[in-house]
Amino acid sequence: MQDIFIISDNITSPIGLTTAENFASLTKNVSGVTLHNDLNLSDQPFYASLFDHAHEFISNHNTFTRFEQLLIASITGALKNSGIDCADNKTVLIISSTKGNISLLETNEFDPALKKRIAMHTSAKMVADYFGFSNQPLVVSSACISGLLGIITGKRLIQSGLYENVVIAGADIISKFILSGFESFQAISPEPCKPFDTNRKGINLGEGAGTVILSSQKKHAKGIQLMGVAVGNDANHISAPSRTGEELGFVIKTALRNSAFTAADIDLISAHGTATLYNDEMEAKAITTAGLQSVPANSLKGYYGHTLGAAGLIESIISIKSLKENLVLPTMGFEQMGLESPIHINNTLAHIPLQNCLKTASGFGGCNAAIIFSKK
Amino acid sequence: MSIKNHITASCAISKGAVYKNGEPVFANPDADLTGFLLSVYQYLTLNYVRFYKMDNLSKLGWLASEILLKDSFHAEKYRPEETGILLTNSNSSLDTDLKYVQTIRDIPSPSVFVYTLPNIMIGEICIRNHFKGETALFVFERFDALFMEQYVNNLMNNGILQACICGWVELLENKYKAVLFLVEKKANEQTNIFTAQNMIKLFQIENI
Repeated sequence: MQDIFIISDNITSPIGLTTAENFASLTKNVSGVTLHNDLNLSDQPFYASLFDHAHEFISNHNTFTRFEQLLIASITGALKNSGIDCADNKTVLIISSTKGNISLLETNEFDPALKKRIAMHTSAKMVADYFGFSNQPLVVSSACISGLLGIITGKRLIQSGLYENVVIAGADIISKFILSGFESFQAISPEPCKPFDTNRKGINLGEGAGTVILSSQKKHAKGIQLMGVAVGNDANHISAPSRTGEELGFVIKTALRNSAFTAADIDLISAHGTATLYNDEMEAKAITTAGLQSVPANSLKGYYGHTLGAAGLIESIISIKSLKENLVLPTMGFEQMGLESPIHINNTLAHIPLQNCLKTASGFGGCNAAIIFSKK
Repeated sequence: MSIKNHITASCAISKGAVYKNGEPVFANPDADLTGFLLSVYQYLTLNYVRFYKMDNLSKLGWLASEILLKDSFHAEKYRPEETGILLTNSNSSLDTDLKYVQTIRDIPSPSVFVYTLPNIMIGEICIRNHFKGETALFVFERFDALFMEQYVNNLMNNGILQACICGWVELLENKYKAVLFLVEKKANEQTNIFTAQNMIKLFQIENI
């Protein structure tokens, strides 16, 4: 199996337009989650991490929707100084999103033109053409694991020998469609979210984009390596996580085995930690099943909200930055342990020597994913 | 890649007809979409109440998986984690997205909203069959058999999966098409080698 390295990344979010800006905001305990009164999104005030309406992601954006502009801004940031030639036939683009341009349905009459415009492959092609990618882009849409699944797909494509470089970008824009859906599930927290806390009341939604670039080229071998990955399904329920966490636990153990690691090799866990009652409990059980209950774990949802198709990418990029800086970030919103099977939720900014990090995600449809990153 | 995998079963549902391993097994060309999907369910003589809760895309994908696996898949050969599902389509969950948008104007419906993700149909097939292996949903403008061949062979030949259900499940308003392949390592009497060419042949079946 070929070694694969993360050679560049970008986060574009309400708390920063580069990975460095984002990480600086996190270390200063800056959150993007604020109270919004926006009747275009919801009849009631709600907490979320949203871009300012006036924020322009790129100049000359006439043909692109906000979703596509956000992707372009993030990909531009990741490509800068990466040495990647998008036109190279060994390079491909993967887009991860849960709902893409869905907001267009709220304001436009549905007709064949809108059908084409709203399709995620249309957005992917437009974004790929903007950067001059010669290969057809791929679109991954698997609920809240989409971001991690994009990275995993990238790894699979490189290891099958098809490509040497993969640019993976994920984004979602929060629309009334998405917010009303989570509200109808009574999954939205009436206050800033509190992952793993005893008083957690649900999620905050968030906007953002993340891009990572994977490469098998040996010149990148001194950096961050993408180690074992795994994907699985609960086969239990379409909108509720497994009660036992056994399936996510299995996925974590598979990722460890594929890295030739044991639980003792993991120094940091970047959890999904959505702050719903059931997700956080399930995740804690899975982490315990995998023998990782004493490893420092955090959730970044208190800073970003749940950024859906971008979440796995944004949170992976922050984990990688943590590895590089030997700095574990706190879990904003966490005060008091609220888990039946307690794990080590980190709630301070801690300087610890870090080598290997586990990133997990779970989503509707019963899907689970895990990825391990290693500092070389 | 030198290791060959095999299409040990296939199922196609399109234009009011159902095909198993390339042969027509059921047709109801005059029914509307709802009536057609229900008639395929009744043809299978099953009692699975979850079916009635599903959106049309999940119904279509789930019915295709039932026909694909019936008499062809031997669950006892595999652990739950060894079977995976890779599906593709063009319009994601747009059929149900359009219905959900209508409910927002009145009372947003959680039971409609949950189906506004295309991977939910994969979850439905996993629940039914206790499949716990790797799953993914990719959105393509049209069925990309070559991608499917390369991607699934990589999963099968690197020990990530021992069996894989893959294919195309697309449904928007009254137009629909599902073509699924069961990919396994060992050949059987129905076997086609798992290649893009053989997938394309089975994909175009309703035109024959």
